[in-house]
Amino acid sequence: MEMAAQSIEGGFADPVFNAQTVFRAVMDAMARPGSVQPLPAFARPPVPLSATAGAVALALCDNDTPLWLDPALQASAAIRSWLGFHTGAPLANTPADAHFALIATPAEMMALDGFSQGTQDYPDRSTTLILLVRDLVSGAPLLLEGPGIETSATIAPAQMPRHFVEQWKQNIKRFPRGVDIILATAEGVACLPRTTRIKTMEA
Amino acid sequence: MTAQPTDIATYNFAYLDEQTKRMIRRAILKGIAIPGYQVPFASREMPMPYGWGTGGVQVTASIIGPDDVLKVIDQGADDTTNAVSIRAFFKKVANVAVTTETAKATIIQTRHRIPEYPLTAGQVLVYQVPIPEPLRFLEPRETETRKMHALEEYGLMHVKLYEDIARHGRIATTYAYPVKVEGRYVMDPSPTPKFDNPKMHRSPALQLFGAGREKRIYAVPPFTEVVSLDFEDHPFEVQTFDQPCALCAAENVYLDEVILDDHGGHMFVCSDTDHCEKRREEGHRGHLAPETHVAPGNMEPAQ
Repeated sequence: MEMAAQSIEGGFADPVFNAQTVFRAVMDAMARPGSVQPLPAFARPPVPLSATAGAVALALCDNDTPLWLDPALQASAAIRSWLGFHTGAPLANTPADAHFALIATPAEMMALDGFSQGTQDYPDRSTTLILLVRDLVSGAPLLLEGPGIETSATIAPAQMPRHFVEQWKQNIKRFPRGVDIILATAEGVACLPRTTRIKTMEA
Repeated sequence: MTAQPTDIATYNFAYLDEQTKRMIRRAILKGIAIPGYQVPFASREMPMPYGWGTGGVQVTASIIGPDDVLKVIDQGADDTTNAVSIRAFFKKVANVAVTTETAKATIIQTRHRIPEYPLTAGQVLVYQVPIPEPLRFLEPRETETRKMHALEEYGLMHVKLYEDIARHGRIATTYAYPVKVEGRYVMDPSPTPKFDNPKMHRSPALQLFGAGREKRIYAVPPFTEVVSLDFEDHPFEVQTFDQPCALCAAENVYLDEVILDDHGGHMFVCSDTDHCEKRREEGHRGHLAPETHVAPGNMEPAQ
């Protein structure tokens, strides 16, 4: 069957080293928020899941990590079975159960506080959001400060969630609880951990 | 990256299986996102006893790739048992390049020292941690210390430092000196001498901490505030030495005392062997340095 072939193909060609390369890119991006870590297209998932976001999911998700898909991805049986075959990750029933969330259309996504925020005792039990964005230069510029940033950094991700800056302020106020964001573009990954403070740039 | 220049099997590259690495990698990402918070992880049994760096080894094994250059130090030295055996372990299971030179390493696994040579962006410092919980000797119950971290209730730690002052006239803690990370979590910097605490503050390198027996991973991202706890009238101070290194005459470095005979003879030498060797190669000589300097080419590198 065509669909079966589609869900089996497009995984890591070299699982051990591809996963390590992807993880190091994500680790460096998380440690240096605002920096863009280049990533070759290791994975070929079905559209609309992008190669970068697919590779991040393959590197980090497995049967221990409930995965939440936004409606655009959830609607695609090909994507559900591709992720199922390659990661073994169960789909989360609600966003609050998810360890990772894949979001193909961030501009239409639900509020950040709908995802798991962790608890005050265990702030690590929160959802990590993987946002598919077109690029990191054409959106509203965000001036970043905080751990991992020497003075300040700037990124301008396109198609970000509505009222993102305001939502992110609330996310910071919840610290140490809160969500972390991995931005996946064709060029690579950039991260916004919950410690990063965003200042919108004055025009 | 497809054709690896190695004849070792890759399914368990760097000893750990892929599922274990993913679990540790997720813990590392959470640790970086919550600086100073101890992330629980499912520590595996390693082919070495607890206390020999099983936490650090698992962190290193999860981040290391074929292009990395690894340096391992044990109390600053590249040539002591723990450092040599962990370096040999990764050479065998990951076939990676190893070095003793701080500047050339991409990953430095350390047991209780930070190299004297300044670290740079892109380097990762992996600490082997015996007791990750700074409050453990004050409150033995994990349920309680977890609540104390959750509520940011660190008064007990200040009482401990105050008791030091009441008893000794100064803060007598010299290693595992507690720090506050980014104004939130109190963290054990692992039993490094407090001499190294200022190097953690806004370091350009990423710092990862692994505690194997206690099953905790935590992290300090680059350029993060790491402040040693103190009092206004008893500010934090590092150790000072009244003499330079006896071999390379270095000042303002951490020195080890070496006993020379049973008549009280002793000398102070650099704890960081790479730093000391480099300085002697450059021609710096302390008062106890050997008369004829061995040419660097003839020296056996630490293996």
